[in-house]
Amino acid sequence: MAKVVFKIGDDVSTDTIYPGRFMATVLPSETPQYAFADFKEFNAKIRNKELPVGSIIIGGKNFGCGSSREQAASCLATPGLVVVARNFARIFLQNSINVGLKTVICPSIEAEEGDELEITPVEVKNVTKGRSHPVVPLPKARQAIVDAGGLIPYTRKLLVQERSA
Amino acid sequence: MGMTVAEKILARASGLGTVKAGEVVEPRVDVAMSHENAALVINQFTEVFEGTGLEVKVWDPSKIVIIFDHRVPAESSKTATNQKKIREFVARQAIPNFHDVRGDEGGICHQILPENGYIRPGYVVVGTDSHTTSHGALGAFSFGIGATEMASVWALGRVLNVEVPGTIKVVVNGDFAPGVGPKDLILHLIGTLTAEGANFKVIEFHGDAIRRMSTSGRLVICNMTVEAGATSGIVPADEETVRYLREEAGVSDPVDLVTPDADAVYDQVIEIDAAALAPQIACPHTVDNVKPVDAVAGTRVNQIVIGSCTNGRLDDLETAAAILKGKKVAAGTRMLVFPATWRIYKRAMKAGVLETLVDAGAVIVNPGCGCCLGVHQGALGDGEVALSTTNRNFKGRMGNPNADVYLCSPAVAAASALTGVISDPRKVV
Repeated sequence: MAKVVFKIGDDVSTDTIYPGRFMATVLPSETPQYAFADFKEFNAKIRNKELPVGSIIIGGKNFGCGSSREQAASCLATPGLVVVARNFARIFLQNSINVGLKTVICPSIEAEEGDELEITPVEVKNVTKGRSHPVVPLPKARQAIVDAGGLIPYTRKLLVQERSA
Repeated sequence: MGMTVAEKILARASGLGTVKAGEVVEPRVDVAMSHENAALVINQFTEVFEGTGLEVKVWDPSKIVIIFDHRVPAESSKTATNQKKIREFVARQAIPNFHDVRGDEGGICHQILPENGYIRPGYVVVGTDSHTTSHGALGAFSFGIGATEMASVWALGRVLNVEVPGTIKVVVNGDFAPGVGPKDLILHLIGTLTAEGANFKVIEFHGDAIRRMSTSGRLVICNMTVEAGATSGIVPADEETVRYLREEAGVSDPVDLVTPDADAVYDQVIEIDAAALAPQIACPHTVDNVKPVDAVAGTRVNQIVIGSCTNGRLDDLETAAAILKGKKVAAGTRMLVFPATWRIYKRAMKAGVLETLVDAGAVIVNPGCGCCLGVHQGALGDGEVALSTTNRNFKGRMGNPNADVYLCSPAVAAASALTGVISDPRKVV
């Protein structure tokens, strides 16, 4: 079980998650300091490592739209945050899978900051509100990358097969 | 069952006879473009090789293109150091297609690619930039990916696990009214589809208004399809595509035009009457918050911006110069112009377009992306309003979350520069 630590609405762009002015910072170890930089209070919690691994961000529809900047996924992946949203924009979802940010597609999700949620492969249980919301599973091909631990190990395995042949 | 353009390109690139929407394929890549975020790609790419004992080598240096445009010349020591690392990587891997910070070959990636003949109809193009959708203007299947995905492409030469997208067919017929054009069309379409209306889908453009549209205009509409969430925008290649490739891009080898089958299956068909369109404005803070110009006319503007990969081509600058010739940018309003590439900059210089704009009060900035995404030049003050021909108006996009960005065509931007308020070019000129 984990707590909702931040809730935000529909069409949250990667400019909101990781503002362009910090894009010269690229390494996943360094990006969390600028996560949601214009939301001072939440940013401070990430920056000061106050949030337990597995803490949940609730998004609306089309979470992560806009720029392809991977910093928007890595800045949340490094501190071990989880994003539950009604749906995700394509590039952000793919980046999240590739870098190991846990994303949960949950079209009917209803939760407030402070709610305790339990996430299973098939549903998100809002324990505080006593309601369950079904999860849309990732397509098999994408799940394979998650299961491999991200796109780097997944690619490494193929590379070794192909270049050694 | 017939195939769409995207399905045909993906089938061929994946070595399959046919594919249909929803199938998972691994298309080989013809062009892999990165800009300054190659710094992160290099980091991830190197990590792929860790522990393998293999030599760190890209799959095919000739298919990689690297273009510096996001922060040029470097705005900080951090960027300069990233650029230095990328230059060293380019040299080490012998990547021949590199566009450094240079007046004789530089500019914004999404204009550098087409004007230098890197893009052909039927190609699979990936770029670590969301506006990579632009290159569908030449009949390619072209989409944005993240840095780790690009590292995988550099290693393997193909994109893993691509789901063949469904396609939305957009048919545009009729003649645009004077003062109305491709930017108004795409803003209108984004407003109709909404920011997620084409998520995981391709938008394929048809109709006589598209057939008559120049490649420059087609780049505008394909560029912004990502603002409706699209994987790629595609204009099926035609005579205009061949003309552009031969006359503008220096391509002399045979060109294979990929067209959709007559019985291709589309998810949705949208018809638009170009003649009925008024100038369109995307209002703060989402690109799908689109209104006809009348709805916001009179809004005070502090900064006018004309440029970017969306609207920084010669015809855009000429449109602005025609409106501003012999006149002045309104007092209290500043105007920035940044041509998409140095080739365009030089042509505009020779044609007197830049002089006209400077005489009117505009400031000409070097080609680059900085102002559009708020990282370099042209930041807004608290409470200020920008009216821009760029492609995004998200909160904070131009470097300040306490400012408003409106998006429009070059004609609206230039007309509004004269008045200092958002104005309808049909009434000003």
